[in-house]
Amino acid sequence: MIHFLIFMAFPVFFSIFLTFNKWDIISPMQFIGFKNFVRLFHDQFFFKSIFNTLLFLLINIPLQIVVALFFAELLNQKLKLMGFFRAAFFLPVIVSGVVVTIVWQQLYGFDSGLLNRILVSLGFDRIGWLVNPKIAMPSIAIMATWKNVGLYIILFLVGLQTVPKQLYEAADLEGANHWQKFSKITLPLINPTIFIVVILSTIGGFSLFIEPYIMTGGGPLNSTLSALLYIYKQGFFYGNMGYAATLGFFFAFIIVIVVILQKKYIEKEI
Amino acid sequence: MIKKTLLYFVLLIGAVSFLYPFIWMISASLAPDKEIGSLVLLPSHITFDNYHQLIQKIPVWRALFNSLFVSGLVTLGVLIFGSMTGYALARLEFRGRNLLFYIIIFTMTIPFQITLIPQYIIMVKLHWTDTYLALVVPGLMNAFGIILFRQYFKSVPQDLIDAARLDGCGEFGIIFRVMWPNSVPALVTVGILTFMASWNDVLWPLIVIRDQSLMTMPQLVTLFVVGGRAESQLGVKLASAVLLALPIIIAYMFFQKYFINSASSSGLKG
Repeated sequence: MIHFLIFMAFPVFFSIFLTFNKWDIISPMQFIGFKNFVRLFHDQFFFKSIFNTLLFLLINIPLQIVVALFFAELLNQKLKLMGFFRAAFFLPVIVSGVVVTIVWQQLYGFDSGLLNRILVSLGFDRIGWLVNPKIAMPSIAIMATWKNVGLYIILFLVGLQTVPKQLYEAADLEGANHWQKFSKITLPLINPTIFIVVILSTIGGFSLFIEPYIMTGGGPLNSTLSALLYIYKQGFFYGNMGYAATLGFFFAFIIVIVVILQKKYIEKEI
Repeated sequence: MIKKTLLYFVLLIGAVSFLYPFIWMISASLAPDKEIGSLVLLPSHITFDNYHQLIQKIPVWRALFNSLFVSGLVTLGVLIFGSMTGYALARLEFRGRNLLFYIIIFTMTIPFQITLIPQYIIMVKLHWTDTYLALVVPGLMNAFGIILFRQYFKSVPQDLIDAARLDGCGEFGIIFRVMWPNSVPALVTVGILTFMASWNDVLWPLIVIRDQSLMTMPQLVTLFVVGGRAESQLGVKLASAVLLALPIIIAYMFFQKYFINSASSSGLKG
Protein backbone atom coordinates (compact mmCIF):
# COMPACT_ATOMS: atom_id res chain seq x y z
CA MET A 1 0.00 0.00 0.00
CA ILE A 2 2.81 2.40 0.81
CA HIS A 3 4.53 1.42 -2.40
CA PHE A 4 1.31 2.07 -4.16
CA LEU A 5 1.07 5.57 -2.72
CA ILE A 6 4.65 6.49 -3.48
CA PHE A 7 4.40 5.11 -6.94
CA MET A 8 1.11 6.82 -7.67
CA ALA A 9 1.90 10.10 -6.04
CA PHE A 10 5.30 10.45 -7.65
CA PRO A 11 4.36 10.33 -11.32
CA VAL A 12 1.25 12.36 -10.76
CA PHE A 13 3.20 14.99 -8.91
CA PHE A 14 5.99 14.90 -11.44
CA SER A 15 3.66 15.27 -14.41
CA ILE A 16 1.90 18.19 -12.81
CA PHE A 17 5.28 19.69 -12.05
CA LEU A 18 6.26 19.32 -15.70
CA THR A 19 3.05 20.85 -16.94
CA PHE A 20 3.55 23.77 -14.65
CA ASN A 21 6.96 24.24 -16.17
CA LYS A 22 5.32 24.70 -19.49
CA TRP A 23 2.70 27.07 -18.16
CA ASP A 24 5.37 29.08 -16.50
CA ILE A 25 6.04 30.82 -19.78
CA ILE A 26 2.89 32.75 -19.65
CA SER A 27 3.49 34.53 -16.39
CA PRO A 28 6.72 36.25 -17.45
CA MET A 29 5.07 36.97 -20.78
CA GLN A 30 2.28 38.88 -19.16
CA PHE A 31 4.59 40.88 -16.97
CA ILE A 32 7.11 41.97 -19.55
CA GLY A 33 4.17 42.19 -21.83
CA PHE A 34 3.53 44.73 -24.44
CA LYS A 35 6.93 46.28 -24.98
CA ASN A 36 8.17 43.04 -26.43
CA PHE A 37 5.11 42.74 -28.64
CA VAL A 38 5.61 46.17 -30.09
CA ARG A 39 9.26 45.46 -30.66
CA LEU A 40 8.41 42.21 -32.38
CA PHE A 41 6.23 43.87 -34.98
CA HIS A 42 8.99 46.32 -35.82
CA ASP A 43 11.67 43.66 -35.94
CA GLN A 44 12.71 43.00 -39.51
CA PHE A 45 14.75 39.96 -38.46
CA PHE A 46 11.64 38.36 -36.99
CA PHE A 47 9.89 38.62 -40.34
CA LYS A 48 13.06 37.62 -42.15
CA SER A 49 13.34 34.45 -40.07
CA ILE A 50 9.69 33.58 -40.72
CA PHE A 51 10.24 34.14 -44.42
CA ASN A 52 13.36 31.97 -44.34
CA THR A 53 11.56 29.17 -42.51
CA LEU A 54 8.64 29.25 -44.93
CA LEU A 55 11.05 29.23 -47.88
CA PHE A 56 12.74 26.23 -46.30
CA LEU A 57 9.41 24.43 -45.96
CA LEU A 58 8.32 25.34 -49.48
CA ILE A 59 11.34 23.52 -50.88
CA ASN A 60 11.74 20.83 -48.26
CA ILE A 61 8.19 19.48 -48.09
CA PRO A 62 7.42 18.92 -51.80
CA LEU A 63 10.91 17.59 -52.48
CA GLN A 64 10.68 15.26 -49.52
CA ILE A 65 7.32 13.87 -50.56
CA VAL A 66 8.30 13.35 -54.20
CA VAL A 67 11.62 11.68 -53.42
CA ALA A 68 10.19 9.56 -50.60
CA LEU A 69 7.22 8.41 -52.69
CA PHE A 70 9.48 7.64 -55.62
CA PHE A 71 11.73 5.35 -53.61
CA ALA A 72 8.86 3.88 -51.59
CA GLU A 73 7.12 2.89 -54.84
CA LEU A 74 10.32 1.25 -56.08
CA LEU A 75 10.84 -0.60 -52.82
CA ASN A 76 7.23 -1.74 -52.54
CA GLN A 77 7.82 -5.14 -54.15
CA LYS A 78 9.80 -8.30 -53.61
CA LEU A 79 13.43 -7.34 -54.01
CA LYS A 80 16.80 -8.84 -53.36
CA LEU A 81 18.93 -6.65 -51.11
CA MET A 82 15.76 -5.06 -49.71
CA GLY A 83 17.31 -4.91 -46.24
CA PHE A 84 20.43 -3.25 -47.60
CA PHE A 85 18.50 -0.55 -49.45
CA ARG A 86 16.28 0.21 -46.49
CA ALA A 87 19.27 0.40 -44.17
CA ALA A 88 21.18 2.67 -46.56
CA PHE A 89 18.29 5.10 -47.06
CA PHE A 90 17.67 5.21 -43.34
CA LEU A 91 21.26 5.78 -42.23
CA PRO A 92 21.25 9.62 -42.40
CA VAL A 93 18.13 9.70 -40.22
CA ILE A 94 19.90 8.24 -37.20
CA VAL A 95 23.16 10.15 -37.53
CA SER A 96 23.52 13.45 -35.69
CA GLY A 97 22.68 16.58 -37.66
CA VAL A 98 26.06 17.90 -36.56
CA VAL A 99 27.84 15.16 -38.50
CA VAL A 100 25.64 15.56 -41.56
CA THR A 101 26.21 19.30 -41.58
CA ILE A 102 29.99 19.02 -41.28
CA VAL A 103 30.14 16.61 -44.20
CA TRP A 104 27.73 18.56 -46.41
CA GLN A 105 29.64 21.73 -45.75
CA GLN A 106 32.49 20.08 -47.62
CA LEU A 107 30.23 18.81 -50.41
CA TYR A 108 28.90 22.36 -50.82
CA GLY A 109 32.39 23.92 -50.82
CA PHE A 110 32.78 26.58 -53.51
CA ASP A 111 36.24 25.76 -54.88
CA SER A 112 36.79 22.11 -54.11
CA GLY A 113 33.38 20.81 -53.00
CA LEU A 114 32.19 17.64 -54.68
CA LEU A 115 29.05 19.20 -56.15
CA ASN A 116 30.86 22.09 -57.79
CA ARG A 117 33.53 19.73 -59.13
CA ILE A 118 30.84 17.66 -60.79
CA LEU A 119 29.26 20.82 -62.23
CA VAL A 120 32.59 22.08 -63.57
CA SER A 121 33.46 18.74 -65.12
CA LEU A 122 30.08 18.76 -66.87
CA GLY A 123 30.85 22.22 -68.22
CA PHE A 124 28.63 24.29 -65.92
CA ASP A 125 29.57 27.23 -63.72
CA ARG A 126 30.19 26.82 -60.01
CA ILE A 127 27.25 27.48 -57.73
CA GLY A 128 27.71 29.47 -54.52
CA TRP A 129 25.78 26.90 -52.50
CA LEU A 130 26.39 28.52 -49.15
CA VAL A 131 27.75 31.94 -50.13
CA ASN A 132 24.98 33.17 -52.38
CA PRO A 133 22.15 34.60 -50.22
CA LYS A 134 19.55 33.45 -52.72
CA ILE A 135 20.78 29.87 -52.77
CA ALA A 136 21.97 29.26 -49.21
CA MET A 137 18.57 28.42 -47.73
CA PRO A 138 17.57 26.13 -50.62
CA SER A 139 20.93 24.37 -50.15
CA ILE A 140 20.14 23.74 -46.51
CA ALA A 141 16.65 22.56 -47.45
CA ILE A 142 18.15 20.05 -49.90
CA MET A 143 20.52 18.77 -47.24
CA ALA A 144 17.67 18.43 -44.72
CA THR A 145 15.68 16.50 -47.31
CA TRP A 146 18.60 14.14 -47.82
CA LYS A 147 18.91 13.62 -44.08
CA ASN A 148 15.24 12.95 -43.32
CA VAL A 149 13.87 11.35 -46.45
CA GLY A 150 14.74 7.84 -45.24
CA LEU A 151 12.20 8.11 -42.45
CA TYR A 152 9.51 9.20 -44.88
CA ILE A 153 10.37 6.40 -47.31
CA ILE A 154 9.66 3.97 -44.49
CA LEU A 155 6.41 5.75 -43.57
CA PHE A 156 5.23 5.69 -47.18
CA LEU A 157 6.19 2.02 -47.47
CA VAL A 158 3.95 1.27 -44.51
CA GLY A 159 1.22 3.38 -46.10
CA LEU A 160 1.54 1.71 -49.50
CA GLN A 161 1.17 -1.72 -47.96
CA THR A 162 -2.27 -0.79 -46.67
CA VAL A 163 -3.55 -0.20 -50.22
CA PRO A 164 -5.59 -3.30 -51.22
CA LYS A 165 -4.05 -5.22 -54.13
CA GLN A 166 -7.50 -5.89 -55.63
CA LEU A 167 -7.85 -2.24 -56.53
CA TYR A 168 -4.80 -2.40 -58.78
CA GLU A 169 -5.99 -5.65 -60.31
CA ALA A 170 -9.37 -4.10 -61.07
CA ALA A 171 -7.63 -1.11 -62.61
CA ASP A 172 -5.50 -3.44 -64.74
CA LEU A 173 -8.67 -5.04 -66.10
CA GLU A 174 -9.99 -1.62 -67.03
CA GLY A 175 -6.75 -0.95 -68.86
CA ALA A 176 -5.42 1.80 -66.62
CA ASN A 177 -1.79 2.82 -67.08
CA HIS A 178 0.85 3.34 -64.41
CA TRP A 179 0.20 7.02 -63.92
CA GLN A 180 -3.57 6.59 -63.72
CA LYS A 181 -3.19 3.86 -61.11
CA PHE A 182 -0.83 6.02 -59.12
CA SER A 183 -2.91 9.20 -59.23
CA LYS A 184 -6.36 7.62 -58.90
CA ILE A 185 -5.67 4.81 -56.43
CA THR A 186 -2.36 5.25 -54.61
CA LEU A 187 -2.38 8.97 -53.96
CA PRO A 188 -5.87 9.27 -52.47
CA LEU A 189 -5.37 6.21 -50.29
CA ILE A 190 -2.05 7.30 -48.81
CA ASN A 191 -3.27 10.83 -48.19
CA PRO A 192 -3.14 10.29 -44.41
CA THR A 193 0.56 9.42 -44.67
CA ILE A 194 1.18 12.50 -46.80
CA PHE A 195 -0.52 14.55 -44.14
CA ILE A 196 1.74 13.09 -41.42
CA VAL A 197 4.81 13.78 -43.54
CA VAL A 198 3.74 17.39 -44.09
CA ILE A 199 3.11 17.94 -40.38
CA LEU A 200 6.35 16.29 -39.28
CA SER A 201 8.34 18.29 -41.85
CA THR A 202 6.67 21.52 -40.76
CA ILE A 203 7.51 20.95 -37.12
CA GLY A 204 11.01 19.93 -38.18
CA GLY A 205 11.39 23.08 -40.29
CA PHE A 206 10.53 25.33 -37.39
CA SER A 207 13.10 23.42 -35.31
CA LEU A 208 15.83 24.03 -37.87
CA PHE A 209 18.82 25.11 -35.85
CA ILE A 210 22.09 23.24 -35.91
CA GLU A 211 22.40 23.17 -39.70
CA PRO A 212 22.50 26.95 -40.23
CA TYR A 213 24.34 27.38 -36.90
CA ILE A 214 27.28 25.31 -38.13
CA MET A 215 27.15 25.97 -41.87
CA THR A 216 26.49 29.66 -42.18
CA GLY A 217 25.83 31.14 -38.74
CA GLY A 218 22.59 32.46 -40.22
CA GLY A 219 24.32 34.30 -43.06
CA PRO A 220 25.00 35.31 -45.77
CA LEU A 221 22.95 38.48 -45.19
CA ASN A 222 20.76 36.59 -42.69
CA SER A 223 19.40 34.49 -45.53
CA THR A 224 19.59 31.31 -43.43
CA LEU A 225 18.49 32.81 -40.12
CA SER A 226 15.93 30.24 -39.01
CA ALA A 227 13.25 30.79 -36.39
CA LEU A 228 14.98 28.77 -33.70
CA LEU A 229 18.39 30.19 -34.51
CA TYR A 230 16.96 33.67 -34.03
CA ILE A 231 15.50 32.76 -30.64
CA TYR A 232 18.87 31.34 -29.66
CA LYS A 233 20.71 34.44 -30.83
CA GLN A 234 18.37 36.84 -29.04
CA GLY A 235 18.38 34.86 -25.83
CA PHE A 236 21.93 33.62 -25.52
CA PHE A 237 23.92 35.90 -27.76
CA TYR A 238 22.37 39.26 -26.95
CA GLY A 239 20.96 38.20 -23.58
CA ASN A 240 17.39 39.34 -24.28
CA MET A 241 15.62 36.51 -22.46
CA GLY A 242 12.22 38.19 -22.34
CA TYR A 243 12.29 39.00 -26.00
CA ALA A 244 13.50 35.51 -26.90
CA ALA A 245 10.56 34.06 -24.94
CA THR A 246 8.20 36.36 -26.85
CA LEU A 247 9.69 35.15 -30.11
CA GLY A 248 9.25 31.55 -29.02
CA PHE A 249 5.64 32.20 -28.18
CA PHE A 250 4.94 33.75 -31.56
CA PHE A 251 6.78 31.10 -33.50
CA ALA A 252 4.78 28.44 -31.69
CA PHE A 253 1.62 30.37 -32.54
CA ILE A 254 2.64 30.45 -36.20
CA ILE A 255 3.39 26.72 -36.17
CA VAL A 256 -0.10 26.01 -34.86
CA ILE A 257 -1.67 28.23 -37.51
CA VAL A 258 0.37 26.70 -40.32
CA VAL A 259 -0.52 23.19 -39.17
CA ILE A 260 -4.24 24.06 -38.98
CA LEU A 261 -4.11 25.54 -42.48
CA GLN A 262 -2.34 22.47 -43.78
CA LYS A 263 -4.95 20.22 -42.21
CA LYS A 264 -7.75 22.16 -43.82
CA TYR A 265 -6.07 22.31 -47.21
CA ILE A 266 -5.03 18.69 -47.37
CA GLU A 267 -8.41 17.45 -46.22
CA LYS A 268 -10.02 19.45 -49.03
CA GLU A 269 -7.76 17.73 -51.51
CA ILE A 270 -9.18 14.28 -50.83
CA MET B 1 14.35 -8.28 -67.20
CA ILE B 2 15.55 -4.90 -68.47
CA LYS B 3 13.00 -3.30 -66.21
CA LYS B 4 14.36 -5.19 -63.18
CA THR B 5 17.92 -4.17 -64.00
CA LEU B 6 16.90 -0.56 -64.36
CA LEU B 7 15.09 -0.73 -61.04
CA TYR B 8 18.16 -2.07 -59.24
CA PHE B 9 20.32 0.50 -60.97
CA VAL B 10 18.16 3.40 -59.76
CA LEU B 11 17.99 1.99 -56.23
CA LEU B 12 21.75 1.50 -56.20
CA ILE B 13 22.36 5.10 -57.24
CA GLY B 14 20.02 6.15 -54.44
CA ALA B 15 21.81 3.98 -51.89
CA VAL B 16 25.23 5.25 -52.97
CA SER B 17 24.15 8.87 -52.68
CA PHE B 18 23.03 8.19 -49.11
CA LEU B 19 26.15 6.25 -48.15
CA TYR B 20 28.90 8.09 -50.02
CA PRO B 21 29.17 11.15 -47.75
CA PHE B 22 29.66 8.93 -44.70
CA ILE B 23 32.20 6.67 -46.39
CA TRP B 24 34.07 9.71 -47.63
CA MET B 25 34.00 11.23 -44.15
CA ILE B 26 35.57 8.14 -42.60
CA SER B 27 38.20 7.58 -45.25
CA ALA B 28 39.13 11.27 -45.48
CA SER B 29 39.60 11.42 -41.71
CA LEU B 30 42.12 8.59 -42.06
CA ALA B 31 43.95 10.14 -45.00
CA PRO B 32 47.11 12.25 -44.87
CA ASP B 33 46.35 15.98 -44.92
CA LYS B 34 47.40 16.54 -48.54
CA GLU B 35 45.03 13.96 -49.96
CA ILE B 36 41.81 15.06 -48.25
CA GLY B 37 41.00 17.67 -50.86
CA SER B 38 40.91 15.08 -53.60
CA LEU B 39 37.63 13.45 -52.51
CA VAL B 40 38.88 9.96 -53.37
CA LEU B 41 37.70 7.11 -51.22
CA LEU B 42 40.99 5.26 -50.81
CA PRO B 43 43.87 7.18 -49.25
CA SER B 44 47.40 6.13 -50.26
CA HIS B 45 48.06 5.09 -46.69
CA ILE B 46 46.04 5.14 -43.51
CA THR B 47 47.12 7.47 -40.75
CA PHE B 48 45.60 8.29 -37.37
CA ASP B 49 47.33 11.65 -37.33
CA ASN B 50 44.04 13.59 -37.39
CA TYR B 51 42.75 11.63 -34.40
CA HIS B 52 45.95 12.21 -32.42
CA GLN B 53 45.70 15.95 -33.04
CA LEU B 54 42.01 15.94 -32.16
CA ILE B 55 42.58 14.24 -28.83
CA GLN B 56 45.21 16.81 -27.94
CA LYS B 57 42.94 19.73 -28.80
CA ILE B 58 39.68 18.79 -27.14
CA PRO B 59 38.64 16.32 -24.39
CA VAL B 60 36.96 13.85 -26.72
CA TRP B 61 36.91 10.88 -24.36
CA ARG B 62 35.42 12.94 -21.59
CA ALA B 63 32.70 14.22 -23.94
CA LEU B 64 31.93 10.71 -25.17
CA PHE B 65 31.64 9.58 -21.57
CA ASN B 66 29.36 12.55 -20.77
CA SER B 67 27.12 11.78 -23.70
CA LEU B 68 26.91 8.11 -22.85
CA PHE B 69 26.27 8.87 -19.18
CA VAL B 70 23.59 11.49 -19.86
CA SER B 71 21.82 9.57 -22.61
CA GLY B 72 21.96 6.37 -20.58
CA LEU B 73 20.43 7.97 -17.49
CA VAL B 74 17.78 9.77 -19.52
CA THR B 75 16.81 6.57 -21.29
CA LEU B 76 16.65 4.65 -18.02
CA GLY B 77 14.55 7.40 -16.47
CA VAL B 78 12.09 7.52 -19.34
CA LEU B 79 11.72 3.73 -19.26
CA ILE B 80 11.14 3.59 -15.50
CA PHE B 81 9.05 6.72 -14.91
CA GLY B 82 7.30 6.45 -18.26
CA SER B 83 6.18 2.91 -17.58
CA MET B 84 5.12 3.81 -14.02
CA THR B 85 2.95 6.66 -15.23
CA GLY B 86 1.75 4.67 -18.20
CA TYR B 87 0.73 1.86 -15.87
CA ALA B 88 -1.14 4.21 -13.56
CA LEU B 89 -3.00 5.70 -16.50
CA ALA B 90 -3.80 2.35 -18.06
CA ARG B 91 -4.61 0.08 -15.14
CA LEU B 92 -5.32 2.03 -11.96
CA GLU B 93 -8.51 3.82 -11.09
CA PHE B 94 -8.08 7.19 -9.45
CA ARG B 95 -9.65 10.59 -9.50
CA GLY B 96 -8.62 12.84 -12.36
CA ARG B 97 -7.06 10.07 -14.37
CA ASN B 98 -8.50 11.20 -17.66
CA LEU B 99 -7.77 14.82 -16.93
CA LEU B 100 -4.15 13.89 -16.27
CA PHE B 101 -3.99 11.96 -19.50
CA TYR B 102 -5.32 14.90 -21.50
CA ILE B 103 -2.86 17.23 -19.81
CA ILE B 104 -0.02 14.93 -20.84
CA ILE B 105 -1.26 14.81 -24.43
CA PHE B 106 -1.63 18.57 -24.39
CA THR B 107 2.00 19.08 -23.33
CA MET B 108 3.01 16.97 -26.29
CA THR B 109 1.28 19.27 -28.74
CA ILE B 110 2.93 22.41 -27.39
CA PRO B 111 5.81 23.40 -29.67
CA PHE B 112 9.05 23.31 -27.69
CA GLN B 113 9.97 26.79 -28.90
CA ILE B 114 7.63 28.10 -26.21
CA THR B 115 9.18 26.18 -23.35
CA LEU B 116 12.82 26.57 -24.29
CA ILE B 117 13.50 29.89 -22.57
CA PRO B 118 11.36 29.20 -19.46
CA GLN B 119 13.08 25.85 -18.99
CA TYR B 120 16.43 27.57 -19.19
CA ILE B 121 15.29 30.12 -16.61
CA ILE B 122 14.22 27.29 -14.31
CA MET B 123 17.67 25.74 -14.65
CA VAL B 124 19.27 29.06 -13.75
CA LYS B 125 16.98 29.52 -10.75
CA LEU B 126 17.78 26.03 -9.51
CA HIS B 127 21.50 26.71 -10.05
CA TRP B 128 21.64 23.65 -12.24
CA THR B 129 23.43 25.20 -15.20
CA ASP B 130 26.84 23.65 -15.74
CA THR B 131 25.87 20.48 -13.91
CA TYR B 132 24.76 17.07 -15.10
CA LEU B 133 21.39 17.78 -13.47
CA ALA B 134 20.51 20.27 -16.21
CA LEU B 135 21.25 17.69 -18.88
CA VAL B 136 19.55 14.74 -17.21
CA VAL B 137 16.56 15.84 -15.12
CA PRO B 138 14.44 17.66 -17.77
CA GLY B 139 14.71 14.57 -19.97
CA LEU B 140 13.66 12.01 -17.36
CA MET B 141 10.03 12.03 -18.44
CA ASN B 142 8.44 12.50 -21.77
CA ALA B 143 4.86 12.42 -22.92
CA PHE B 144 5.57 10.16 -25.87
CA GLY B 145 6.95 7.41 -23.63
CA ILE B 146 4.01 7.64 -21.23
CA ILE B 147 1.45 7.44 -24.01
CA LEU B 148 3.14 4.54 -25.74
CA PHE B 149 3.42 2.58 -22.48
CA ARG B 150 -0.19 3.33 -21.63
CA GLN B 151 -1.32 2.02 -25.02
CA TYR B 152 0.77 -1.10 -24.62
CA PHE B 153 -0.14 -1.86 -21.02
CA LYS B 154 -3.82 -1.71 -21.86
CA SER B 155 -3.45 -4.86 -23.93
CA VAL B 156 -1.82 -6.93 -21.16
CA PRO B 157 -4.43 -9.43 -19.84
CA GLN B 158 -5.96 -8.56 -16.47
CA ASP B 159 -5.57 -12.21 -15.37
CA LEU B 160 -1.81 -11.82 -15.28
CA ILE B 161 -2.09 -8.84 -12.97
CA ASP B 162 -4.61 -10.56 -10.72
CA ALA B 163 -2.43 -13.66 -10.50
CA ALA B 164 0.56 -11.55 -9.54
CA ARG B 165 -1.50 -9.75 -6.86
CA LEU B 166 -2.56 -13.10 -5.41
CA ASP B 167 1.09 -14.09 -5.20
CA GLY B 168 1.68 -11.01 -3.11
CA CYS B 169 3.19 -8.83 -5.77
CA GLY B 170 3.10 -5.08 -5.10
CA GLU B 171 2.43 -2.46 -7.75
CA PHE B 172 6.14 -2.08 -8.44
CA GLY B 173 6.50 -5.82 -8.82
CA ILE B 174 3.62 -5.85 -11.25
CA ILE B 175 5.22 -3.16 -13.39
CA PHE B 176 8.71 -4.55 -13.52
CA ARG B 177 8.04 -8.29 -13.34
CA VAL B 178 4.73 -8.61 -15.16
CA MET B 179 4.35 -5.59 -17.42
CA TRP B 180 7.95 -5.23 -18.60
CA PRO B 181 8.45 -8.83 -19.76
CA ASN B 182 5.17 -8.56 -21.63
CA SER B 183 5.93 -5.34 -23.44
CA VAL B 184 9.44 -5.72 -24.79
CA PRO B 185 8.60 -4.04 -28.13
CA ALA B 186 7.38 -0.92 -26.34
CA LEU B 187 10.49 -0.86 -24.17
CA VAL B 188 12.72 -1.20 -27.21
CA THR B 189 10.89 1.51 -29.16
CA VAL B 190 10.89 4.03 -26.33
CA GLY B 191 14.45 3.12 -25.39
CA ILE B 192 15.90 3.57 -28.86
CA LEU B 193 14.03 6.77 -29.65
CA THR B 194 14.90 8.34 -26.32
CA PHE B 195 18.54 7.36 -26.50
CA MET B 196 18.88 8.60 -30.07
CA ALA B 197 17.15 11.90 -29.40
CA SER B 198 19.21 12.47 -26.29
CA TRP B 199 22.50 11.50 -27.94
CA ASN B 200 21.90 13.75 -30.96
CA ASP B 201 20.48 16.73 -29.09
CA VAL B 202 22.77 19.72 -29.26
CA LEU B 203 20.60 22.79 -28.68
CA TRP B 204 19.88 22.10 -25.00
CA PRO B 205 23.51 21.33 -24.04
CA LEU B 206 24.61 24.47 -25.90
CA ILE B 207 22.25 26.46 -23.72
CA VAL B 208 22.90 25.02 -20.26
CA ILE B 209 26.53 23.91 -20.37
CA ARG B 210 29.51 26.24 -20.67
CA ASP B 211 32.07 24.16 -18.80
CA GLN B 212 34.08 22.19 -21.34
CA SER B 213 34.53 19.15 -19.09
CA LEU B 214 30.74 18.68 -18.91
CA MET B 215 30.01 19.11 -22.61
CA THR B 216 28.32 16.34 -24.54
CA MET B 217 29.94 15.03 -27.69
CA PRO B 218 27.73 16.78 -30.28
CA GLN B 219 28.10 20.04 -28.39
CA LEU B 220 31.87 19.77 -28.14
CA VAL B 221 32.20 18.91 -31.82
CA THR B 222 29.89 21.78 -32.82
CA LEU B 223 31.83 24.33 -30.81
CA PHE B 224 35.11 22.90 -32.06
CA VAL B 225 34.02 23.21 -35.67
CA VAL B 226 32.33 26.60 -35.36
CA GLY B 227 34.62 28.20 -32.83
CA GLY B 228 37.70 28.31 -35.02
CA ARG B 229 39.71 25.93 -32.86
CA ALA B 230 39.76 23.52 -35.78
CA GLU B 231 41.92 26.13 -37.56
CA SER B 232 40.55 25.00 -40.89
CA GLN B 233 42.15 21.60 -40.52
CA LEU B 234 39.60 19.62 -42.40
CA GLY B 235 41.00 16.24 -41.41
CA VAL B 236 40.68 16.96 -37.70
CA LYS B 237 37.15 18.28 -38.15
CA LEU B 238 36.15 15.12 -39.96
CA ALA B 239 37.80 12.98 -37.31
CA SER B 240 35.64 14.65 -34.66
CA ALA B 241 32.54 14.03 -36.80
CA VAL B 242 33.48 10.36 -37.17
CA LEU B 243 33.85 9.89 -33.41
CA LEU B 244 30.48 11.53 -32.90
CA ALA B 245 28.74 9.38 -35.49
CA LEU B 246 30.42 6.06 -34.81
CA PRO B 247 28.67 4.93 -31.61
CA ILE B 248 25.23 5.40 -33.14
CA ILE B 249 26.26 3.84 -36.45
CA ILE B 250 27.65 0.78 -34.67
CA ALA B 251 24.48 0.41 -32.62
CA TYR B 252 22.50 0.84 -35.83
CA MET B 253 24.43 -1.96 -37.53
CA PHE B 254 23.44 -4.41 -34.81
CA PHE B 255 19.87 -3.28 -34.15
CA GLN B 256 18.99 -1.90 -37.57
CA LYS B 257 15.55 -3.46 -37.70
CA TYR B 258 14.56 -2.06 -34.32
CA PHE B 259 15.78 1.41 -35.24
CA ILE B 260 13.70 1.48 -38.40
CA ASN B 261 10.60 0.02 -36.76
CA SER B 262 10.82 2.38 -33.80
CA ALA B 263 11.19 5.44 -35.94
CA SER B 264 8.33 4.51 -38.23
CA SER B 265 5.99 3.78 -35.33
CA SER B 266 6.88 7.13 -33.76
CA GLY B 267 6.08 8.88 -37.01
CA LEU B 268 2.69 7.24 -37.31
CA LYS B 269 1.75 8.04 -33.74
CA GLY B 270 3.19 11.54 -33.67
